[in-house]
Amino acid sequence: MPRYFTKDHEWIDVDGDVGTVGITDYAQGQLGDITYVDLPAAGQWVKQGDAASVVDSVKAASDVYAPVGGEVTEANAALEGEPELVNTQAESGGWLYRIKLSDPTDLDGLMDEAAYKAYVADL
Amino acid sequence: MSDVVPLDDGAEPIETMTLPLDQWHRERGGRMVEFAGYWMPVQYEGIVAEHLWTRESAGLFDVSHMGQLYLTGEGVEPAIEAVLPIDLATLKSYAPRYSLLLDENGGILDDLMVTRWNTGFYLVVNGATKWDDIAHLRESLPDEVTLTHLEDSALLALQGPKAVDALARIAVGDVAVTDLTFMKGGTFKIAGIDAWISRSGYTGEDGFEISIPAENAVQIADLICQQPEVKPIGLGARDSLRLEAGLPLYGHDLSPETTPVSADLTFAINKRRKTEGGFPGAERILGELANGAATRRVGLALEGRQAAREGAEVYFGDQKVGVLTSGGFSPSLNHPIAMAYVDAAQAAPGTALEIDVRGKRLPARVVSMPFVPHRYHR
Repeated sequence: MPRYFTKDHEWIDVDGDVGTVGITDYAQGQLGDITYVDLPAAGQWVKQGDAASVVDSVKAASDVYAPVGGEVTEANAALEGEPELVNTQAESGGWLYRIKLSDPTDLDGLMDEAAYKAYVADL
Repeated sequence: MSDVVPLDDGAEPIETMTLPLDQWHRERGGRMVEFAGYWMPVQYEGIVAEHLWTRESAGLFDVSHMGQLYLTGEGVEPAIEAVLPIDLATLKSYAPRYSLLLDENGGILDDLMVTRWNTGFYLVVNGATKWDDIAHLRESLPDEVTLTHLEDSALLALQGPKAVDALARIAVGDVAVTDLTFMKGGTFKIAGIDAWISRSGYTGEDGFEISIPAENAVQIADLICQQPEVKPIGLGARDSLRLEAGLPLYGHDLSPETTPVSADLTFAINKRRKTEGGFPGAERILGELANGAATRRVGLALEGRQAAREGAEVYFGDQKVGVLTSGGFSPSLNHPIAMAYVDAAQAAPGTALEIDVRGKRLPARVVSMPFVPHRYHR
């Protein structure tokens, strides 16, 4: 299952026309202790680049931009009780939401893992 | 993703300055940010861990960005009483007292600590405001009064229930640090170096503030952090600790648009000055003392886990009644808290309000502060 990354530190795993979205381990490290995640509801339509989710840390509230456009199919219910999963499992159990892609060409501008690693190394 | 509400200070000078412990913070993994014109550590291992460590053990904070001033000379007492609503006749030596620098309209220019030393007065003012404070004081004070900016001094705060154990092991003085009570101070030696120490701080915990020569700051910070109770703590936890303690932060909860009455800091107008006046803005402030201020600084406890931040608007039904000046997640209480200025009619504890966060209304309730009880050693 290919994983793509954005310059704004979101990741998306794509399986057919459904993507799973989260923030990267680098991003959670920058944010620090995460205390709350505002998630989109299933059925909500988002455009690529929309602030579809907000991650609250002790430090700040941060927008999480949708890496692709489409219809949200599921939010990660586990984050309601355990928002710290975004810290401890940013790129696995701390995923934010699933989205049905409306346009697969949204993926064209995203980075693969090697490109993202190089990008972060330069920050 | 992007930070939309960063934790930093408004004032940004042309070039960010470094403090005596700059390298020391970096070597300990401090994540450095610009604050009040200086590079300062926002966190080391993480804000929540540092916050909770301070509440259960002891944390060392570098507050060397704050302005340490010394006022002396003929007529220094009336000169200070002309700019601050303090009663120096009741100010004993070596006992710091909280006061407010006010403008002619009664607006708050800064909050500060004033201590009577042998031949003059030692003031600690906020870092972001110190240059303005110095200019304001130099303009207001008569020529006979000398203002010295103690730029060669560093300032540390050691805070937490075990701070006294750590400091008693290394500080030597005519009295023991264990004998100091809250808001009392004295001169001590740490590793042979002169230190002014007072039992005070801004976390709500027992603790001390320690003024030392800048050239010895690394040595003394090392010695303090070698004590098993102590870890270095960054600005992030300093902010969450003071918010839980209900203590206002200048530039956020206090500004020239706020007065001692609206800020709920009338204790800083000393008793004699409440009747005599004679300080900047006295006319307005004495009027507000009698009749109340239009708005009031209050504490808000939020339901749920989503925090509201500075600038968020406060509603009573459809009516906008105030705005947040600080807000965040409380690590000790495990729910979000905030400070806000609200209309006097909605300031009573128990009042149900709503906070607008990105178009979403978060329910909140006015509560009395501190949010977390103070544990001062009185």
